[in-house]
Order: sequence, then C-alpha cells, then structure tokens
Amino acid sequence: MTVPVQVRSARPKSTNPADFDAVTGRELDWKFSPVAKLQDLISGELDGSHFDYHAPETAGVSLSWIPSTDPRVGVAGLPEDKASANAWATASEVLLVSLTSENVTEITITRDALGTTARAAHILIEAAPFSKSTVILQNSGDARLVENVEILVGAEAQLNVITVQEWNDDALHLASHFSRVGRNATLQHSIVSLTGEVIRVNPSAHLAEDGSSVTMLGVYFADAHQHIEQQVYVNHDAPHSKSRVTYKGALQGEGARTVWIGDVLIGNKATGTDSYEQNRNLMLTDGTRADSIPNLEIETGDIAGAGHASATGRFDDEQLFYLQARGISEEEARRLVVRGFLNEVVQQLGVPALSERIEAYLSAELEAGVK
Amino acid sequence: MSTLKITDLHVSVETDQGTKQILRGVNLEINSGETHAIMGPNGSGKSTLAYTIAGHPKYTVDSGSITLDGEDVLEMSVDERAKAGLFLAMQYPVEIPGVTVTNFLRTAKTAIDGEAPSLRNWIKEVRESMANLKMDASFSERNVNEGFSGGEKKRHEILQLELLKPKFAVLDETDSGLDVDALKIVSEGVNRAKENTGMGVLLITHYTRILRYIKPEFVHVFVNGKVAEEGGPELADRLESEGYDRYTEIA
Ligand SMILES: Nc1ncnc2c1ncn2[C@@H]1O[C@H](COP(=O)(O)OP(=O)(O)OP(=O)(O)O)[C@@H](O)[C@H]1O
Ligand SMILES: [Mg+2]
Repeated sequence: MTVPVQVRSARPKSTNPADFDAVTGRELDWKFSPVAKLQDLISGELDGSHFDYHAPETAGVSLSWIPSTDPRVGVAGLPEDKASANAWATASEVLLVSLTSENVTEITITRDALGTTARAAHILIEAAPFSKSTVILQNSGDARLVENVEILVGAEAQLNVITVQEWNDDALHLASHFSRVGRNATLQHSIVSLTGEVIRVNPSAHLAEDGSSVTMLGVYFADAHQHIEQQVYVNHDAPHSKSRVTYKGALQGEGARTVWIGDVLIGNKATGTDSYEQNRNLMLTDGTRADSIPNLEIETGDIAGAGHASATGRFDDEQLFYLQARGISEEEARRLVVRGFLNEVVQQLGVPALSERIEAYLSAELEAGVK
Repeated sequence: MSTLKITDLHVSVETDQGTKQILRGVNLEINSGETHAIMGPNGSGKSTLAYTIAGHPKYTVDSGSITLDGEDVLEMSVDERAKAGLFLAMQYPVEIPGVTVTNFLRTAKTAIDGEAPSLRNWIKEVRESMANLKMDASFSERNVNEGFSGGEKKRHEILQLELLKPKFAVLDETDSGLDVDALKIVSEGVNRAKENTGMGVLLITHYTRILRYIKPEFVHVFVNGKVAEEGGPELADRLESEGYDRYTEIA
C-alpha cells in the first residue's frame, strides 16, 4: 500500500534545503501562510552567526554553543519544510541549554536585539533524566528569524518550555520546535503569541517511550493585519503515552488572521494511548479569519481515548446579557468574557508572573479594541 | 417607596417564520415591599415579560411603557436597568467560562454601587450569604454557573439577589427544578432579602408550591400574553385545584 503524502508521518525530512521544492503557497503546510512576505526567510540567505541573548546565571542550567555535528543534534526531529532546513543548514552552531537540577529551576532566555537582518537560529534544550525545569524563551524587539528548537526530555524528567512572542509589529518569525519525550517523562510546551506581523511556530512532540506525556498549550491574540499560525503535531509512538493539546485564540480587527492545524498520529506501537486536542477561537470583530483543522490518524485498535474539538465563534450574546443584567457595562462584559475564554490556557502556563503579565496585556488590548 | 409600572405592553420577537407577537397588552403595578405572583401555562409569555423588563435585545417593544418611579425603563440599556435597581433571576442562567464567581460578584457589586465594596466587609458578606444558602465555599472559586446543577444555579441567582440589593426582583421560575429542601432554602433567601431591603418581588411560577414559602399579596393569571385575572392569594389556591383550563378555553 502506498501512503498518501498527506499522512503526517510520511512527510519528507531533510536538513538540506535543496531537498525541498521552491515554496509556492499551494503546499499543504504553506497554503494558509503569507508566503510572499516570507520567501526571503524560506529560501534566501540567512545570517547563521551566534545570535544575541541574555539569561541570568542559574544553578542547574548551563548554556553553551555546540557544533551542529554534535550527536544530540537532530535526535528530537529533522526539518519537514524548506524554511526549517534553510535555518538548519545555515546556523553555524547550536545553543545548548542543559538542565540538570532535580529541584525545580526556572530560566528565562531573552532575545531582544536580533535586528532586522534575516537570520537563522538553532537551540537545543536538553533536560537530564529526573530533572525538573522551566525554560522561557522571551522574544521581543525586531526580528526576521527562522529557527529550529529541539527539546530532549530525559526519562522521568519534567520540563516546561514556553516561547513568548512579543515582537515589534513588523517582525517575521518562523519556528519549528521538535521534541522527544522519554520514558515516564512529561513535557509541557506552550506558545504565547501576542505581537509581530507574521508568527508561525510549528511544534511537534514525539512520544517515543513508554509512559511519556505531553501537554501542548497555545494562546494567541491577533490584531489587525497580524498572522499567527501554529501547526501542531503529536506522534504517539509508544505504549501508555498521553497528550493534551489546547490552543485558544482571539482575533480583533480587519485582517487579523490565525491558523491552527492539529495533527495527532497514534502509531501501531501506541497501545493504551490517551489523547485529546482542541482549538477554540473567538472572533471579536468583523474582518477576521480563523482556520482550525484538527486531524487524527489512528493505526492501532487498542487505545484508551482519543478525541478532538474545534470551534470558532463570535461573542455569545447570552453571556453578555447575563453580565449586563448584573450592572456590568457592555465593554467590561466583553473584557470579562474574552479574558475568561483565554484564561483556561493562560492560567495553566505554570509561571504565575508570566500569566499575570499576559492577562494585563490582554486587558489593555481589549480596552484599546473596544473603544 | 418605589413603583415599577407596566402599561399596555406589547412585545414581539423576530423568528424564522417572521414577527411573532407574544405580549398583548400587559398592565401591572408593583410597589416596594409587595410580592406579586404571576402564574400561567407554558408559552403564555411569562419569561418574555421578565426579559423585556431586564432589556434582553431579542425582544422588541411595539407599544406600551415600563417605568421605575416615573423614569422610562425602556430607554435604559441593560446595565443601566440593573443600576437603577431592577434584578432578574433567570430561568436558565448561562455559563461563563473562565470567570470565577468571586470575580463576577465583585465586578457586579462595583458596577451597581459605582464604587468597589470595602474588601473585608464584602468577603464577610459573601461568605455569610453563601452559608445561608447552603452553598459550599468552594463555589466562589468556580466559574460562573459552569457545571452547576439546576438547583445550584438557582441558589447562585438568589445569592446575587441578596448581595446586589435591588429595588425590584423578577424571579423567573426560580422554583422549578428544586427539591423541597432547596426550595425552602431559596425561598428563605428571597424572604431575607425582602426583609432587609424592602424590595418588591415579581414571582413567576407554574406551581403553587413555592407560594407556601413566599407569600404573595397579589396573584395575576397570565394567559396568551396578558393578565387574564387578578386576585389575592386565594386565586392561587383555586388555580391549584382547577388548573388553567378555564382561561385557555376562553382564550
Ligand atoms: N426568541 C424567541 N424566538 C421565537 N419564539 C419565542 C422566542 N421567545 C419566546 N418565544 C415564544 O413566545 C412564547 C412565549 O414564550 P415565553 O418563554 O415567554 O413563555 P413562558 O410563559 O415563560 O413559558 P414557560 O412556562 O415554558 O417558561 C412561546 O410560544 C415561545 O415559543
Ligand atoms: Mg418561562
């Protein structure tokens, strides 16, 4: 039997950009993206030198540059599109974030001076067996960035990775995150996308060993003429693995655009899998568009549960009426409903200070939008 | 003393089949401290009257008036009506994901009073009111109406009534879906609020059961979009034994 090329697990992988055809915008994985704006990043020349970052000295965390020939590089996954391969081939070295503490540690790696030159980046986050850590990639300032982020979660480790996009308004950001979760290990992976012209972060999780689990979260707020996209892939490849995917977004203003594609593969080895993915979008004004495409492939009969949900809607008038009937003004009622809607994800990030900052940002956005 | 006055009210709703007339000339006057029961068969327009008083956008007032102490209620937005002292305990309270009861109650109280309540007193008052209604303290951290049972939703409505202290409360079938114990607890809540604030009550119900606990001075029989008969508490007893057949046949 030939496998149709749509099947996610059968997509070609390569670190060589020449192995991928030129991107036209008709491809399955590019057809929702504003390809014309992105050609420079997909196939143009990129600056592959070390990128600027800062991070505080933290016990149990070490950062270093390693060559891309290091045997750990490529273990979590390999590029599945031309932009990702372009960055992989260009980045001279890989920033290794090595996590070893068995007591919970948290580190924020800030990138706020990437500049306007198109550049490549490659990060490898390695959580040692039994370690417990949180890594926040905090992004702001200018960017024309294509990057690969690899995440290796050792046996029994608990890792929380959050990437926060608060770029300048004309920033372009294409990212592929590849993670491999070990035996009885847990990964929580979150994408928070707030500002930037085009943000396309595609995370994948390979549940490679018995009892591995992943929670993938996303929260996004698209303003006028902003494009925010995420193509999520969960590969259940071992018995008793578990995944929960929850992405929630709000759209406000003419031309606000979001895309969510959620592929879940439950392979023939993945007996006893427990999987659920959902995406919900709230359109706050006219002129917005949210695409939401869940997709489940199941290759084994023996699973504990698998489901998906996807919904895109407008304000619920009955909710607004209920709040207004208690004296709450229409604007305030809208704020409450939207914040409540996004809170389900924001509250789960596991970093209270970050949740608070995001809530404050969302409040300000809504205040600005309603008036 | 306040007066809520409804005069010759005609209300319609837009449906897929065109405009549907529901209320056909309702007259009603309620003063502070009075309790009026509105009883009527399914579909007679009781909820429509309640929603129209609260200002639900789905219902169009074709003619007639609603005034509160002479002020034109129909000119007010939904939140302005609540601030003016009108309260609707809904027949089907909606769920609001991600908004906790605590946050909701404080926001509503602040909106109605025009200033935030003093935190210490407020927390105490909420706690006491919840205890009176036999609501577990854990409700305050739950999302508004999310996963609440039918009875819990009704208690939550009465909790708001007690905390927001309106001039007039419209209770739309607050008794339906309650077992006897819950019915007693909820009725006591209404009576307590009435005692404390002297509010007027418009109690909409199908059944006479709740009238054992909340005593109306006036009973209005609602049929086919208007009041078909009015009387004292004895009218409710007659409805209990005879039902609405007499009225529906005339209509
Ligand atoms: N939004 C609406 N769209 C269409 N029809 C409506 C709408 N709201 C009310 N109606 C109709 O108007 C009539 C009166 O409804 P209403 O809910 O006011 O009755 P009710 O007396 O409260 O009934 P119940 O005792 O069942 O609660 C019914 O025939 C109902 O189907
Ligand atoms: Mg009704």
